[in-house]
Amino acid sequence: MEYAIETRNLTKKYGALTAVDALDLRIKRGEIFGLLGPNGAGKTTLISMLCTMLEPTSGNAKVNGFDISAEQSAVRKNIGIVFQDPSLDDELTAWENLDIHGELYGMQGGVKQAAIGDALKTVELYDKKDELVKHYSGGMKRRLEIARGLMHAPAVLFLDEPTIGLDPQTRRRIWDSVKKMNREKNVTVILTTHYIDEADALCGRVAIVDHGKIVACGAPSKLKKKGESLEEVFLRLTGSEIREEKGGSTQTMRARMRAWNK
Amino acid sequence: MNEFTAIKVLWKRELLRFVRAKSRIAGSLGMPLFFLLFLGTGLNSAFSGTTGNYMEFIAPGIIGMVLMFSSVANGLIVIMDRQFGFLKEILVAPVSRLSIVAGKIFGGATTSIFQAAIIMALMPFLGVSFNLSGMLAAFVFMVLISIAFVGLGIAIASKMEDMHGFQLVMNFLVMPLFFLSGALFPITNLPEWLKILTLIDPLTYGIDGMRGALTGSSAMPFWVDFGVLALFCTAMFALGAWLFTKKSTGN
Repeated sequence: MEYAIETRNLTKKYGALTAVDALDLRIKRGEIFGLLGPNGAGKTTLISMLCTMLEPTSGNAKVNGFDISAEQSAVRKNIGIVFQDPSLDDELTAWENLDIHGELYGMQGGVKQAAIGDALKTVELYDKKDELVKHYSGGMKRRLEIARGLMHAPAVLFLDEPTIGLDPQTRRRIWDSVKKMNREKNVTVILTTHYIDEADALCGRVAIVDHGKIVACGAPSKLKKKGESLEEVFLRLTGSEIREEKGGSTQTMRARMRAWNK
Repeated sequence: MNEFTAIKVLWKRELLRFVRAKSRIAGSLGMPLFFLLFLGTGLNSAFSGTTGNYMEFIAPGIIGMVLMFSSVANGLIVIMDRQFGFLKEILVAPVSRLSIVAGKIFGGATTSIFQAAIIMALMPFLGVSFNLSGMLAAFVFMVLISIAFVGLGIAIASKMEDMHGFQLVMNFLVMPLFFLSGALFPITNLPEWLKILTLIDPLTYGIDGMRGALTGSSAMPFWVDFGVLALFCTAMFALGAWLFTKKSTGN
């Protein structure tokens, strides 16, 4: 029970493509851990497996001590997640979204109300709690998703590119609340981001992932050679060619819808 | 215990979304009202010499139509939840897939019945009125029809990638089911081939049951209508639950 995350030979194959390749990873309790890698490197697939959304092809993993295949329900109770793509109900208010979340995680009455209030205050959305989410800006939606991921006080919090497309002010605020959660409630945080300097500043350790394998893992300061930035380390290890990520019809559709809503 | 809460909260969500979308309610009531008002009145006067009232005859058929269309349309909500991502939020929560489907089916059935009830409440203004005990008996059929077709809608949605395919289903499955159900004409004196098709159509039994309850005349006995529909309802609930679960766990 020492580790928040412990994977052994964790593998996910889609036909001929190996998205996650015999991955061994250990993340200690209370760490802020960054998963870095180019598009299609397998970060989201890895997180999906750790969140019980995807069955591994082979290998196994434990999240907060619970097996992701055999103890799915226990794993789900112990984690919070902010997905890469939006996952709010636009037709409901912020409060209603969190209310549904609270009930799904077994919270009731005053405890639930307090948790919703606290979560909304943490991301400074309490004043807008009764507005429909579809009237929120992109940054506000993101903050609301983070509030939702935190509100049931998970032991492990997954953040899959939580700051993508946000302005520096909003990014700063989001990272501040993540740090606060980590410090005050000892929440283990596993995040992915393409803003390498943010990962450098925030994470105790990072893993650079490419083609489903970990190519480097450790404290950012230890990965850097003399005078190098973490981004240079990243490029040195993963090359500078641009990756294509396969998108299903769902993703293209969603992108189209997003374009509409603008 | 948490499973029951999950069913309740997802049921509540469907209701909340339903009352928010006022234009959708108005839109869904348009077609059945036109059917009643124009087709009903038109054919009523065309057959004015014969026995019986055509308006009264199609009224249960129109209720069945509202129930089936609005119920199957719940599949669209499932597809939208998947496309806009909310489904992931539910799937990663510590509740079983079965509770999620149950909550969705009960929520969808409730909103369908509510829409049918609005149509029923408007019927007296078109000269069709039913007694209370008949309406209570018809309610049993309304519940079965709506649960069955929400289940079917979710089953279909679990097999679809996006919304475009769903429109195809509405045209090639739901429309024929409606026309073959005896909603608009009696099924007793049909040519053999058409009669067989109507007897295969599960909606036939729902509409016949409602017609028996509301107007006192039906083509088949109550227990046949009820039995076939109850069986179909159970089967569709199971199919919806099975395909939804399969879609959200099998990758």
